[in-house]
Amino acid sequence: MDLGAAAFPVAEASVTVIESAPVGRRYHRLLLDAPDLSARSRPGQFFHLLCRDGGGAGPYLRRPMSIWRCGEGRPLGFLFHVKGKGTTALARLREGDALSVVGPLGHGFRLDPAWRRILIVARGVGLATLAPVTEAAAAMGIAVEAVLSARAEADLMAPEFAGASGAAITALFDADGGSDVEHVEKMLRARFAAARPDAVFTCGSNRLFLLLQRLAAEHGIPGQVALEQQMGCGLGMCFCCVRQVRDETGKVVNLRVCAEGPVFDLQAALAW
Amino acid sequence: MVDLATRIGTLTLANPVMPASGTFGPELAQVFDLDRLGALVTKSVTPEFRAGNPLPRLCETEAGVLNSIGIPGKGLDHFIAQAMPEWRRFRAPLVVSLSAPTVASFADCAARLAATPGVAAIEANISCPNLEEDGRAFAMHPEPAAAATAAMRRAAPGMPLWVKLSPNTGDIAAVARAVEEAGADAVVVANTILGLAIDVETARPKLGSGMGGFSGPAFKPVALRLVWQCAQAVRIPVIGVGGIATGEDAVEFLMAGASAVQVGTASFVSPTAMLSVIEALEKFCARKGIARVAELTGAALPRAWREAAE
Ligand SMILES: Cc1cc2nc3c(=O)[nH]c(=O)nc-3n(C[C@H](O)[C@H](O)[C@H](O)COP(=O)(O)OP(=O)(O)OC[C@H]3O[C@@H](n4cnc5c(N)ncnc54)[C@H](O)[C@@H]3O)c2cc1C
Ligand SMILES: Cc1cc2nc3c(=O)[nH]c(=O)nc-3n(C[C@H](O)[C@H](O)[C@H](O)COP(=O)(O)O)c2cc1C
Ligand code: FES
Repeated sequence: MDLGAAAFPVAEASVTVIESAPVGRRYHRLLLDAPDLSARSRPGQFFHLLCRDGGGAGPYLRRPMSIWRCGEGRPLGFLFHVKGKGTTALARLREGDALSVVGPLGHGFRLDPAWRRILIVARGVGLATLAPVTEAAAAMGIAVEAVLSARAEADLMAPEFAGASGAAITALFDADGGSDVEHVEKMLRARFAAARPDAVFTCGSNRLFLLLQRLAAEHGIPGQVALEQQMGCGLGMCFCCVRQVRDETGKVVNLRVCAEGPVFDLQAALAW
Repeated sequence: MVDLATRIGTLTLANPVMPASGTFGPELAQVFDLDRLGALVTKSVTPEFRAGNPLPRLCETEAGVLNSIGIPGKGLDHFIAQAMPEWRRFRAPLVVSLSAPTVASFADCAARLAATPGVAAIEANISCPNLEEDGRAFAMHPEPAAAATAAMRRAAPGMPLWVKLSPNTGDIAAVARAVEEAGADAVVVANTILGLAIDVETARPKLGSGMGGFSGPAFKPVALRLVWQCAQAVRIPVIGVGGIATGEDAVEFLMAGASAVQVGTASFVSPTAMLSVIEALEKFCARKGIARVAELTGAALPRAWREAAE
């Protein structure tokens, strides 16, 4: 038994890049050789990455990144939007380069073995965070239906999302108005009427979060949302990553995305 | 074997490395055994609940960060009832950082902490606004700094009392002497230095509350200079803090007159930074044939040069 992992669940480790490749025009994926970390990672958890390119250049602080691929005997994977200094440095890493990671961190998604089907609504790179849920659900015999929203077809990344889970995907694009909130609402209402999901999940869009929160409350369906916030320590020590969340008594409190999240109850979270 | 022990007044620490207040919590026990540290230092505890400042609370710079967290917390009652039992799980001495808005409140809180089992020392964070002086920090001037220190000294007579000084003052040596005379057992040098960053796209400060405290590697030369000045101004131990990330950084602070060091922002970038500092300190001493780490304290001060010349 690995006593180290039990006593110290979070590791700071230097691991090796085994694959680094662009995905579409704006995204990038990294696969890392980190068998222990991958085996103990859970969907919805994240790692804090030291974003240094092969030459050692990059921003001072780490960047939080959701686990996109994990599991026993599989590489640890991240899928990200190449946005600013940190993610640009990450995208410059090449096979064989070293990357310092801290994790796994935070509380991930919860899946109930009694569920028979779940619905996922994700926008943009929010699908990276929800992708491992599809595989975990499939492994538990839970059917996954997903509504993915993106700017355009080239940004959709449906194969990156579904992996081998066999999730049923509906794609919506900004270009043809398919991702308008009214349209998504109509579609979700139809889905809820045809085959009511046992739980709903979302990440990546404030508008879709608000819509799903309202519809799920109306239908009495439990849900979970993964939130993002700028981070300092990633471990719960600096209190810079707070978001407003309703506690059990309904009072609005500041909770740390890194420590109490990043996954929160869909009805407890407040819009951002 | 190098003897890493260091004495801060009546308190003996197993090694001279501890966390800086506000950058540490029991959460770090998920990464390593916190009992390997010389001491544990809590976030500043305040008498009442505080929600904290507007976001963003942290802003990255080239080699450091600006912060304006606003000391969020649930207040002293909650700290004593809920947080202390968790802290008592650790064997390393616990230093409770205390922040308060008035001299009387500093004294009340110090008395309550002194009566709380498991508190090894109080670190008074006097960089906070003094409501009786127009919100100017206690640490800006010798008189209010000494008044807060003397009141805590009277309220908690037997409790080791460390006072954390601020760089945001014209004459830190005078503040250090004033708190020494008022009964402090050690000075912690220093808190963050006031700074600013502006988002040029929006023409607004990058931090939600405007200005913030600057810390991290880029702050090190300033903090080291403050330690050097304080070490020559007082006889009580100086605890050095500001930009320490490596064993070599820690050696510099010890040589500048510190008896112990605190590591803050570096733990955000490397959660195991404090362990690396301890290991590197030990290696440095071994390589230099130094038997006790305490021998490093003040090794680079002018009085050491004079002794060497004689
Ligand atoms: C728990 C968590 C999981 C995440 N998972 C993913 C993921 O799987 N894929 C992905 O593409 N992105 C993800 N993000 C967002 C990602 O962390 C940011 O896009 C990234 O920090 C941007 O860094 P940068 O230096 O490239 O961009 P810049 O814009 O240069 O960053 C400037 C500052 O803003 C902060 N920042 C900017 N955007 C965000 C954001 N959305 N969330 C938090 N901090 C931000 C950065 O940390 C930095 O301090 C996640 C964020 C969190 C909190
Ligand atoms: C996010 C953050 C929060 C802090 N909170 C406190 C605090 O509550 N009380 C305090 O005395 N100092 C606080 N500090 C200051 C540190 O304890 C330390 O004095 C300073 O950061 C310089 O050290 P460093 O460069 O190693 O971080 C804080 C610093 C940071 C970065
Ligand atoms: S990032 Fe420091 S508390 Fe969450």
